[in-house]
Amino acid sequence: MSNTQRPLSPHLQVYKPQLTSMLSITHRLTGLYLSLGLVIFVYWLFSVAKSPTMADEMVAFANTTFGCVLFYSWVFAFSYHLCNGIRHLFWDVGKGYSIPAVYRSGYAVIVGAAVLTALVYFLGR
Amino acid sequence: MAEFRLPKNSKISKGNHHKADGATNTTTFKVYRWSPDDDQNPRTDTYDVDMDTCGPMVLDALIKIKDEMDATLTFRRSCREGICGSCAMNINGTNTLACTASIKKLKGKTISIYPLPHMEVIKDLVPDLTHFYAQYASIRPWMQTDSVPLPDKERLQSIEDREKLDGLYECILCACCQTSCPSYWWNGDRYLGPAVLLQAYRWLADSRDEYTGERLEDLEDPFKVYRCHTIMNCANTCPKGLNPGKAIGEIKKMIAERHAL
Repeated sequence: MSNTQRPLSPHLQVYKPQLTSMLSITHRLTGLYLSLGLVIFVYWLFSVAKSPTMADEMVAFANTTFGCVLFYSWVFAFSYHLCNGIRHLFWDVGKGYSIPAVYRSGYAVIVGAAVLTALVYFLGR
Repeated sequence: MAEFRLPKNSKISKGNHHKADGATNTTTFKVYRWSPDDDQNPRTDTYDVDMDTCGPMVLDALIKIKDEMDATLTFRRSCREGICGSCAMNINGTNTLACTASIKKLKGKTISIYPLPHMEVIKDLVPDLTHFYAQYASIRPWMQTDSVPLPDKERLQSIEDREKLDGLYECILCACCQTSCPSYWWNGDRYLGPAVLLQAYRWLADSRDEYTGERLEDLEDPFKVYRCHTIMNCANTCPKGLNPGKAIGEIKKMIAERHAL
């Protein structure tokens, strides 16, 4: 026995990405991204309360391309997190665990998030 | 804290290529190799297997490789009909039993075979399941009772109560689901994992078991059950078509309902 230091078998490196795991990690990442957005959101509220010039600066920034990209990515993250959160509520009462149901609700969450984002885009213009 | 990369001693290099001389209809098998007998890192060897003289399942190909091409290849196998759970491994990215995985259905010219993910490797495709079995033992996988059974009768169960065990008792403890779960990869030391929790629920659901309260109390812990985030890789990969994710959901419900009383 020369080598007693056993290796760890590959995991993320070889495991196939699939809807189940990808939607789950997206839920976590959007949650993380939203808490980041919360800081900006609070700063915007603060700017509105503080002074008109500060508020105007924020609005001007939000209207730049970069600002728009940030805003709509947050809208999408929010919509996704909301839809998938509802999916989790169904699981919590014991519904929708079969693999076909998991895939159906998974696709519904993606479509739902896209539709909500589009809705915000068209209603907000 | 989750470590997403492989440790230094586990990084995989490219290994040897074994040709099938004279064969025209071949499929290439890329197989994870590691031996405790030398100080080398793991590698992946490739074997061209003659499909005209090979059985239909991945296990047939592995046995053929070991018989005819490379006798050092090490893997577990026994029943070759999907009931013993020995040949569980990662085939083309998902965990399944080599004996029930059809080569034809996997398609492609190359089939990749790795040991069950995020486990200590004993040799080649053989992972160390000691911790998994210890976790299984920890949930007391047997009927616990206080009442004295009648001397002339078994403990009876209604047909409806017996049906509650369908989808649970069929588990063969192959650890496919256990090692498909990212939560188990990152918290396997304390999280019980899908296979063990499915068995925990199997005893919670049994009308003859009299220790439901104790079992639930024992499971109620931030790590044992609640590292399950309903990722559902478990049900997606189970070679027996069972649903550990649903069983864990039922456990969570039972714990919640117990507090509502």
